[in-house]
Amino acid sequence: MTREEIQNGLSEILEEVAGVNPDDVSEEKSFTEDLEVDSLSMVEVVVAAEEKFGVKIPDDAVQDLRTVGDAITFIEKAAA
Amino acid sequence: MTYPGSRIVSLGHYQPSKILTNDDLAAMVDTSDEWIRTRVGIQTRRIAESDETVADMAAAAAEKALAASGLTPADIDTVVVATCSSADRSPNVACRVADRLGIPSPAAYDINTACSGFCYGLATVDHAIRAGASQRALVIGAEKLSAITDWTDRSTCVIFGDAAGAAVVVPAETPQSVGIGPVVWGSDPERSHAVRIEGWQPFIQQEGQQVFRWATTQLAPIAQEACRRAGVDPSELAGFVPHQANLRIIEAIARKLGAPNAVIARDIVESGNTSAASIPVALSKIIERREIPTGAPVLLFGFGGGLTYAGQVIRCP
Repeated sequence: MTREEIQNGLSEILEEVAGVNPDDVSEEKSFTEDLEVDSLSMVEVVVAAEEKFGVKIPDDAVQDLRTVGDAITFIEKAAA
Repeated sequence: MTYPGSRIVSLGHYQPSKILTNDDLAAMVDTSDEWIRTRVGIQTRRIAESDETVADMAAAAAEKALAASGLTPADIDTVVVATCSSADRSPNVACRVADRLGIPSPAAYDINTACSGFCYGLATVDHAIRAGASQRALVIGAEKLSAITDWTDRSTCVIFGDAAGAAVVVPAETPQSVGIGPVVWGSDPERSHAVRIEGWQPFIQQEGQQVFRWATTQLAPIAQEACRRAGVDPSELAGFVPHQANLRIIEAIARKLGAPNAVIARDIVESGNTSAASIPVALSKIIERREIPTGAPVLLFGFGGGLTYAGQVIRCP
């Protein structure tokens, strides 16, 4: 999976779970501050991402996923 | 004498009169009505007076349930109170309730499985009746969470409230009249850190994201198992009364459970999260409003601190 593919997958999830416009999603955007994903919606994003990308994202790791780029890097490594 | 099962004949509930609104909370900590509504779905919660105890509220709810049952205090042989917020270790709340109501010599015990407590209590009483150890029981969920809430912690103080709910349980004389289905109960001790009330002068603390993830991903299959054990398809449920933890959790579990015909309890909106009291209070209000016909199947499902869970299908009294 390329970073772009992961980002596209995340955009789909963000739109479905939190109503985020896919055009607003880019690597430097913060989930909470820029995309206004609240802490519980973030959990739903993580659960959906685990399913979509076939990876495990433990509870402890969720805190560190501040930006879309952080999530892409985590998923990239976890899937490798 | 043993019986094929048991059934709930009546319920009652009690809530303190003092209402705490989201705007009241916004004046105490950095929060807002909008933030609270979108995260947890709560608009108001009830708060006990400083000298009002768990036993006071439990007795008030039990008195109403008993009055609605047509039984007298002398008929009751078992009192079970589910609570995690009683200030005293002994005497337990059950003995205090029995004393208050004039129940002469019941088996009287408290159980603590936090928010799943009422369903655990209902199961233990059902089993005692089946075994012939009890015949007429009061099962009560009662909490004074305001006493163990950290009123400076904006992540938890917006969630909790005080309340009590009670049910009167009697034998089912025939298999056809059995009104409490098999319990599916268990726990997830590995995640015990996620909800905590630790020490002698404790506050409730919780890892909100971890609890939300557990509740929205692990629990729907367990709720479905409780239906399966009772021989009821989720689509046949007339009511679903889960622990009133958070409106988003309630709606996520209800969606995955697949109960399109069920009245879904949403008492959290006006009462907040009252732990072991939330299920009997919500059920008592649904029955009071006559939203579910007598005899119709209703799934009760408790979950929370421990992490513990328990659920069973009952027949609406």
